[in-house]
Amino acid sequence: MPFPLTETMHQVMTPEGKIIGEVPLLSAEQLVKLYRWMVLGRAFSDRMVALQRQGRMGTFSALNGQEATSVGLAAPLQQKDWLAGSYREILSYLVKGVPMQAIMKLYRGYVSDDYSAEAHCLPIQIVLATQLPHMVGIAMALKYDRQPQVAVGVCGDGATSEGDFNEALNFAGVFKAPVVFVVQNNGWAISVPRSKQTAAQYIAHRGPAFGMPGYLVDGNDLFAVYKVVCDCVERARAGEGPALIEAITYRLGAHTTADDPKRYRPASDLTEWGKRDPILRFRAFLFDQHILSEKDNDVLHEEVTTEIEQAINRLEALPPQDCAQVYDLVYSELTPQLKAQRAQIMRELGRE
Amino acid sequence: MRTITYRDALREAIREEMWRDERVFIMGEDIAGYGGTYAVTKGLFEEFGEKRVRDTPLAEEVITGTAIGAALGGLRPILELMTINFSLLATDLIVNSAAKFHYMFGGQPEIPLVIRMPSGGGAQRGAQHSQMFESWYGHIPGLKVVMPATPYDAKGMLKSAVRDPNPVLFIEHELLYSIKGEVPDEDVEYTVPLHLGEVRRLGRDVTILTFSRMAHISLQAAHDLAKEGIEAEVIDLKSIRPIDIDLLIDSVKKTNRVVIAEEGWKYYGTGQGLAALIYENAFDYMDAPIQHITGADVPMPYSKALERAALPTKADIIKAVKAIVPTHVGV
Repeated sequence: MPFPLTETMHQVMTPEGKIIGEVPLLSAEQLVKLYRWMVLGRAFSDRMVALQRQGRMGTFSALNGQEATSVGLAAPLQQKDWLAGSYREILSYLVKGVPMQAIMKLYRGYVSDDYSAEAHCLPIQIVLATQLPHMVGIAMALKYDRQPQVAVGVCGDGATSEGDFNEALNFAGVFKAPVVFVVQNNGWAISVPRSKQTAAQYIAHRGPAFGMPGYLVDGNDLFAVYKVVCDCVERARAGEGPALIEAITYRLGAHTTADDPKRYRPASDLTEWGKRDPILRFRAFLFDQHILSEKDNDVLHEEVTTEIEQAINRLEALPPQDCAQVYDLVYSELTPQLKAQRAQIMRELGRE
Repeated sequence: MRTITYRDALREAIREEMWRDERVFIMGEDIAGYGGTYAVTKGLFEEFGEKRVRDTPLAEEVITGTAIGAALGGLRPILELMTINFSLLATDLIVNSAAKFHYMFGGQPEIPLVIRMPSGGGAQRGAQHSQMFESWYGHIPGLKVVMPATPYDAKGMLKSAVRDPNPVLFIEHELLYSIKGEVPDEDVEYTVPLHLGEVRRLGRDVTILTFSRMAHISLQAAHDLAKEGIEAEVIDLKSIRPIDIDLLIDSVKKTNRVVIAEEGWKYYGTGQGLAALIYENAFDYMDAPIQHITGADVPMPYSKALERAALPTKADIIKAVKAIVPTHVGV
């Protein structure tokens, strides 16, 4: 039976904090943990942008506004499930278990030699949508080994126009790969609005076109994202194949620290989407349910700030990146040509 | 020793590696029941089944991307692209993913991926399907690019490629599949290193640097030249990246004269790269300008006669050698 084209946007909690759907069964402790991740994501993003402005970090893509999707897509995953996103999914990576230090080192210009293989995340790379074919390949490897794991590939709305996105979905459908595709539709691909990426009403409609279900979800509703991702992941885990999720959210910040969205984006957008802030929405629920008090919230914010500052302090105490290592990593072993180039640099640095 | 075709040698390598390591699998277009458009994978689907011999949708970008993913996931994929011309669609994945991930991911994951693909002209495939792209890929740090010329090397190097932890572009040549050559018996296990070239013929008067199908043409030229008393040394590079610099520089220092013979286009390619390496490393040993034999600088003509005219020939090599070897040699 073909999969239907959905028009329904999954929502559990309205922007005002009203529960209109089924709240996932999570303990108070788990709920606070999810909230803490969202708070940490925003604080981390703000701090990284500030550090970039001070010349202490490289170009960074703020994730503000997308915390619910970022956390909701990663939290349901098991440790051995795989995740690959774009530069905007850093918070998902942190949730999945990549150490904050590893991410910071990358933006500081280090060769990320503490990439955590245990977290089962492909490190950040910036080619749009190519992580999706990679995740289909990883999903095929999982199926090849009959592992009960899944792969989750995430991209933005702009990347859905790339051939890789469409080919990956097609391939996953044909091989019934245990993979879940999540599109963080944040409305903008740098300055190009979503309306100019596709004339289709929803990106989610491409799921059925490739033989898999496509879901629409309110990307600023943590419960909704969490629930839909859980369902798709368990479906894939059960051998029923891939799924596509379009999470509708909004990029409150710039594309990167090299971008100024004031040049192309109406200020009214921010006012409108500010009202749907995913963190405020979730916090309202926690307050309302007496899971979190104002005081708890203050303490949590302080803890998060301290955690980030400690990571920065550790990072800035590290010795500079060793240039010899750059040569060592091109291949699994040094080729004669690299060996010669490496030796030359070492000689010039007086480090023979 | 047995005499088998280049095609059969490749199939034996794949088959033996698939028996040796259950993590090795092959995928591509028309490779399963059909046996491959050049019949390299014939019988493998029947022997290993659809889990390990997979036909894919026609989409080189995603086939390559998933092969990289499968390698990251712990498998050892052999990817067959129907021709190197189709790899243009997968260039981003080859250059930006396969070649970069070991480096970008801090040296942790290995990318044990082999991409097999035929290149070259001579079979009337027209402008879009007769090209040589080893120079493009040979430019990229992180890739290994090999071009075996004989059945012996085809088998031994493919086995090495499958076992190599790095991405290897294994470039075959459409006109080599049916050539025959000596290969050890099936119960004799051997591999051929990926990074070494080979002296195919010793000579004192001139060095012919070549690879892939042109290695055969160069040997024929050397054979004819010998009848006139000119002893050409023929070096089959076998690997474009990394390049066996020592082998070619040692030969140049001995013969003091070089002819580079390749099928691809002249400008900014492998041959010109070799010439630069020779000038850098052996300038003082050179007694004559380097001669460079290439295909014509045009899209490959579809006309049989024009295609033949566009490809470099034995006569071109002989002429180039005679242009730089003094006439008293051989007299």
